[in-house]
Amino acid sequence: MTDKQRVKLYNSIAVSFAWVAALLFFFPIFWMVLTGFKTEAQAIAIPPLLFFEPTLENYTEIQSRTNYGQFALNSIITSFGGTFIALLIAIPSAYSMAFNTGRWTKDILMWMLSTKMLPAVGVLMPIYLLSQKMGMLDSKIVLVVIYAMMNLPIVMLILFNYFREIPKEILEASRMDGTSTFNEIKDIVMPLAWGGIASTALLSIILSWNEAFWSIVLTTTEASTLTAFVASFQAPEGLFWAKVSAVSTLACAPIVVFGWLAQKQLVQGLTFGAVK
Amino acid sequence: MSKTLVRMLQAPSIILLFLWMIVPLSMTVYFSTIRYNLLYPERDGFIGLDNYRFFWTDPSFVPALINTLVLVGSVLAITVVLGLAVSILIDRPFRGRGIARVMLISPFFIMPTVSALVWKNMLMDPNNGLFAAFANALGMQPIEWLQDMPLFSIIIMVSWQWTPFAILIFMTSLQSQDQEQKEAATLDGAGFWSQFYNLTLPHLARPISIVILIQMIFHLAVFAEIFVTTSGGPGVQSTNLTYLIYIQSQQAFDVGVASAGGVFAIILANIVAIFLIRAVGKTLTV
Repeated sequence: MTDKQRVKLYNSIAVSFAWVAALLFFFPIFWMVLTGFKTEAQAIAIPPLLFFEPTLENYTEIQSRTNYGQFALNSIITSFGGTFIALLIAIPSAYSMAFNTGRWTKDILMWMLSTKMLPAVGVLMPIYLLSQKMGMLDSKIVLVVIYAMMNLPIVMLILFNYFREIPKEILEASRMDGTSTFNEIKDIVMPLAWGGIASTALLSIILSWNEAFWSIVLTTTEASTLTAFVASFQAPEGLFWAKVSAVSTLACAPIVVFGWLAQKQLVQGLTFGAVK
Repeated sequence: MSKTLVRMLQAPSIILLFLWMIVPLSMTVYFSTIRYNLLYPERDGFIGLDNYRFFWTDPSFVPALINTLVLVGSVLAITVVLGLAVSILIDRPFRGRGIARVMLISPFFIMPTVSALVWKNMLMDPNNGLFAAFANALGMQPIEWLQDMPLFSIIIMVSWQWTPFAILIFMTSLQSQDQEQKEAATLDGAGFWSQFYNLTLPHLARPISIVILIQMIFHLAVFAEIFVTTSGGPGVQSTNLTYLIYIQSQQAFDVGVASAGGVFAIILANIVAIFLIRAVGKTLTV
């Protein structure tokens, strides 16, 4: 065998193993989606069925017999609301830090990041009791606030990195023309950093959407998000695998697609900018 | 921009985050030193470190601490080794690479309660699950995963979700590796392992340490997977610190003891956080 042939052989072995790994990792998701199209009897059939006549009955039943719509709406409101507030606070701050970097800027950003590392369970009692005192247990507002504050440090850090890449000359030119700070952010910074802002928002939405600790602890029915709704199927007596699978598929599909779209920016966001 | 304007723009984020940190934190520390049980509101007063003593001498504490360390350690080992292997396998051009990539990272975006239910029911159920069907087909006794090896089952679930995270990070950093250097090494007759040790591993040293630190922060706080599958049981076999504190607060209603546990969790997380912040700080050029 020549060296070239050997390299080729090694390559094709590596590629086959890569596919095996990809199929194994994706399999549970594939199986979940598949089970969502089975009847309840087919879902628990022994041996498990790979081929069957697909049905949509789970999906129609979810809509008619559970409050799926309300939980989905709660997830949308809390994750989009939290993200919107985080961006609203972070854009002006990150803008002024990026273009007026001071002696303390780095320390402030690092301190912000450190608040992200406070374990939720460490502040469980205060948050729970404060919400209770304000009559806000099971309220979407509390979750919106928590998700906003939870994601604010990451949003700040990524936006700071994006804004710094905007050439200062552009801003100086517009200042000569007497543009106000508000207009400068709105008309120059935001359009230039649009991709960065959108992907930061996507990351923040993904993290809020999948958040399970606060949504389980702080909500009961009214404000429950999809994570808490899915958790309510844990009871062993109700073996509704097909319906659970259909609910899970609906709950995960949009976020998985978001994740695919934001892959590259996710790396930066998830590692707090340390890996680009 | 004037100094006042700069301060005004930065103030909201700094003040809000400061409040978000300091108010709950000081309340937790305060609660941890007083007698405070929602079931017995008439008992109160400063009791020093009694809550801490109670938390530490709870027979569930040592198992929970060990479970936490085993969980974090095992998941780290699995995700880093698998993540490295898979990202190296996929770091070459081939047809359908984009699809393989997407399949590999998808589990990371599944919400933890869904992943827990899928594993608990459809895969690990000893009667109707897929693993049981495989075992039966091979003529073996199906394993009662959540009964007989609850912590290991949770380790598998968490690893399934987080190996994609490691793959995603390593894959991205491998793309910035110097290809010419690798080709030169190949021409000089350097084998795979020698290239791995001398070129790839040094190149990935930083991403690996970041992946380890970030995962530690998240895995110290694993909650939903336990809540949905084993509820910490049987006994306390799959109870970690987070779940133990949750039990103290939501089932025993003991605010004082739960807060003492919370302080403990905060200290544990901060030990990791110091290293993480340092690692991140090195890359942030200001």
